[in-house]
Order: sequence, then structure tokens, then C-alpha cells
Amino acid sequence: MTMATATPPRRVRLSGALPALTGLGTLVAFFVILEILIRSGGLNRFIVPPPSEIIASFPRIIVEEQVLSRFVMTLTECLTAGVMLTVFGVAGGVLMHRFKLLQQACETWVAALASAPVVLCYPLFLVIYGRNAWTIIMMGFVSALPPVILKTLEGISGTRKVLVNVGRSFNLTPTQQFWKILFPAALPTIFVGIRLGLIFALINVVGVEFLINFGGLGQLINELAERYDLAGTYAAICFVVLVSVMFFMVLEKAERWLTRAE
Amino acid sequence: MTAPSPNAANADILVVDDVVVRFETQEGPVTAVDHVSFGVRQGEFLSVIGPSGCGKSTLFNVIGGLIGHTSGVVSVGGETIDSPHKSIGMVFQEESTFPWRSVTDNVAFPLELIGMPKAQRIERARHFIALVGLDGFENRYPNELSGGMRQRVSLARTLASEPKILLMDEPFAALDEQTRLLLGDKVLQIQQQLKQTTLLITHNITEAVQMSDRILVMTYRPGKVKRIVDIDLPRPRTSEIVGSEAFGRYVAQIWADLREEASRGMRDEEEHTLHHTGGAS
Ligand SMILES: Nc1ncnc2c1ncn2[C@@H]1O[C@H](COP(=O)(O)OP(=O)(O)OP(=O)(O)O)[C@@H](O)[C@H]1O
Ligand SMILES: [Mg+2]
Repeated sequence: MTMATATPPRRVRLSGALPALTGLGTLVAFFVILEILIRSGGLNRFIVPPPSEIIASFPRIIVEEQVLSRFVMTLTECLTAGVMLTVFGVAGGVLMHRFKLLQQACETWVAALASAPVVLCYPLFLVIYGRNAWTIIMMGFVSALPPVILKTLEGISGTRKVLVNVGRSFNLTPTQQFWKILFPAALPTIFVGIRLGLIFALINVVGVEFLINFGGLGQLINELAERYDLAGTYAAICFVVLVSVMFFMVLEKAERWLTRAE
Repeated sequence: MTAPSPNAANADILVVDDVVVRFETQEGPVTAVDHVSFGVRQGEFLSVIGPSGCGKSTLFNVIGGLIGHTSGVVSVGGETIDSPHKSIGMVFQEESTFPWRSVTDNVAFPLELIGMPKAQRIERARHFIALVGLDGFENRYPNELSGGMRQRVSLARTLASEPKILLMDEPFAALDEQTRLLLGDKVLQIQQQLKQTTLLITHNITEAVQMSDRILVMTYRPGKVKRIVDIDLPRPRTSEIVGSEAFGRYVAQIWADLREEASRGMRDEEEHTLHHTGGAS
């Protein structure tokens, strides 16, 4: 019995470590091949710097370009946008579910907005908020809002009929029906929406930083690229990737906590 | 069962009176339940049996107050039903556990609603979990259980709310024969102990005869009452009764009724298909 219960977690952990190691291995292999190609002259080193140079440039951009504080800045902007996204996106989806008129009126254009290049509106935000972090945050927020709204709506409307009926048969009030049935049933889908939203937000935050030459990693990338410091540019991009990795780790924790908690 | 006294109707806790349910579909109106009338007495175990698609679940939903009916009256203890009634507990035909709650939290759900303190409701929930034979699975989640086990969780959840009237729509359909019989025994025990009024919807004749005081046989399309059969078998009944001769007679009688309806149903559907393919070509 103890054997039987002890075995599955171990197998799960092993199968969890193996793909991660393989993934890391492929990445390393990719960089090694890249390095060889560049050194042998197969690739132009003025277009793609060799990975070894990128790694070598890390200390430089950390010391000289304050990459860490920029990283924190971009991360903070993304987190702020992410929190706003979650609050307003989920609330928007819930409202649209609650008021059918609102849903019929807005669903189509919210969906249209989801695929529109909202980032092109950045001059408007620049005028409203000035050249500061709020322009960047609002841009990330607005462009990532539609998927969160739509996924929330989809999750709530997609709650299985029989679960709603169970709630009704227990005489739940509309508030209880929402918090005890619709919302938990929709939670997995809502998380898909938030994840999508965060991707949008990150892209837009870094993009706008780049465009308005202000703030965190986006600006740094802009500057380094202009200085033609390719190794530094790629090193800075690595930090952008790090932001997204940290994001998804936090999100995964939150999801596990929310969907497994009582 | 004693013969119905002249004022038996007064003792009926649940009354279904001349109920009609008609659905508007693209192919025109479909009458799912057609002028169905019957009463369920306090403490009685009544089964509704009929071929697939005859309107059993529709009737179940109407009595549960989940869907409206076209005409007629459904009442519980004299109160007309047009929304879910407090004293009715429902077990659904489809999988209806909450996937985000553990077995214990699923079963404790109705107790949580009445504000029972946590420690107490967990203890209550364990009692009902044990009753449906799921001890040891208290902390599992529904996706870790088999279909039959999930169905038992739903049953335990409804039992935990201790409804005056228990309404079940084919709750054992996903179970294998042995589990079905054993669980049937349990439900019967509980029902007898609490003298709980129970309405069971099923298409399993053995199950119906084993458990019921009366069986209502429905016709296929439109769903009418074909016959109400009194089951005069001694109680307490266990699954052992299944082998007896009297039991066999009841089964044969109901089977004869049902076969007629089922074959009519099959014929109907075949004609429907033929008609349609004929029309399309
Ligand atoms: N919402 C609906 N709209 C249109 N027709 C419906 C609807 N619900 C049920 N029906 C029709 O009513 C009839 C009865 O359906 P019902 O689900 O009550 O059957 P059932 O007796 O429970 O069958 P089963 O034993 O297979 O569960 C069927 O012909 C079905 O097509
Ligand atoms: Mg049914």
C-alpha cells in the first residue's frame, strides 16, 4: 500500500525532470551549433553575435547599463498591468455575462479589438499620461484586456448546465450561484485568458518602452541596438525572456493555489 | 402496501396533476410529457420506468422546478412548484460533481450552505461518504475517480442535504451490476430508516422492482402513464429478493409493458430515419 502510494509521485517527478533537462540540452546544443557556425564563418558575426560574446557581455550590461534596475522596472510595469488586467478583465467578463445586453452589444468589438494592433495608439496615451511609466502600463493593459474579458465570458457561459442545475436545486441565491459554481467552474478558462493577457502585456510593455525610449529593458534594447552593441542587445533580450519566465512561474503557483484550495 | 383509501390523495406529499410539457423545436413542437398525473405518498418509494427518450428526465426537471411545464400542476405538500422547492433533493443523470472540490467538500456542499461549522460538516460528510462506500477517497478529486464513483459522490451530496423528497434520475446507470445492487440496498436502507419519500427514475426493471412500493410505467412518445403497478413484496428487501418467484413475476409483467413501448419507439425512430433519408434524396 505504501509502496503503491509512494511510486506515482516519483514517476511524475522523474518525467517532470527529464523533459526539462532535454529542453535545456537542446538549448545548449543550439547555442553550440550557432557558435560553431559563426566561428567557421557560416554566419555573419555582425548580424548574429556568437553566444560566447553574448554571455561575456552580461557583466558589462549589468554594471554599466543598470540592467537589473531596468529589469525590475519592466517587471513592475508588467505586474501592474497584469494586476489591472486581471481585475478589470475578469470584472468585464463577469459584467458581460450578467447583463446580456452588454454582451450582445460589446462582444463583437471586444473580439475585434483583441486582434487589432492597439499598440499603434501609443501616441494617444503619450498625450494623456506623458512620457512616463503610466503610458507604458496603460498601453500594456489596454492591449491585453480583450482576451481576459473574452476568456472570462467564455468560461462562465461554458459552465456545464447540470452544475448550474445542481446549484439551483440547492436553492442557491444568485450571489452564491456565482461564487460557488460559475466562478470556480470558469477558473481554468479564466487562467488561460490571464496567461494570454500577460503575453500581450509583456510584448506591449517592452514594445512601448522601445518606441518611446523610456524606462526599462525596451529602452535599453533600443539604445544598445542604436550603438550597434549586438552582444549587449541580445543579452538584454535574455532579461526580457527572464521577465516572462518569472511571470509564468508566479501565475502557475497562483493557479495551483486557487484551484486546489478549499 | 395497503390498498389506497378513498382519501389517499390527501396523503400524497407530491402531486403531479395533468402535466404537459411541450418543447418547441425546429421540426415543430415535441410533446415530451403528455397529461401525466400521479401522486407520491409520504414515505413512499415510487419508480418511474420507461424507454429511452420517453420524457423521464423532462418529468424529473419539472418536478425539481428546473424547467417550466406547458400545463398542469405540480405541488409539494400543497405548495405549487414553479421553482426548485426546499424539500426536494435531486440526483442528476449526468455527471454532476464539482471538479474543483474534493470528495469531502463536494458532499459537504449543502452543509456549507446552511452554515454548519467546518469540523462538524466534515464529520457529517464522512458519514455519507462511508454510506455510499467511498471511504478512503475523502481527499480525492472527481477527476481521480471512476464514473460510477463520481455518481456515488453526487448521491452522497444530495443525501447529505437530507431532503424530505429524494428525486433521482437514473443514479445507478453508470454502475456495474454488483455495485448497483449493493448501492441500491444502501439507498433502500436509508429510505426505510428515514421513511424518506423517494422518486426514482430508471430504465432498469430489476432495480425498480427491488426498491419500489409502486412503479409507474411510461409510454414512448408522447410520454403518458401506461400503468401503475403496486409491488407487494415484503420489506425489508435486500438484493437477495431478486431470485424469488414473485419478483420474477413482477419483472415479467413490467417487461411485457416496456417491450411494447420500446419496440414502438424503435419502429418510430426507424420510420423517422427512413422518412428523412427518403426526403433528402
Ligand atoms: N430542451 C429540449 N428541447 C427539445 N426537445 C427536448 C428537450 N429536452 C428533451 N427533449 C425531447 O423530449 C423527449 C424526452 O426527453 P428526456 O430527456 O426526458 O428522455 P428520457 O426519458 O430521460 O430518456 P433517457 O432514458 O435516454 O434519459 C426526447 O424526445 C427529447 O428529444
Ligand atoms: Mg433521461
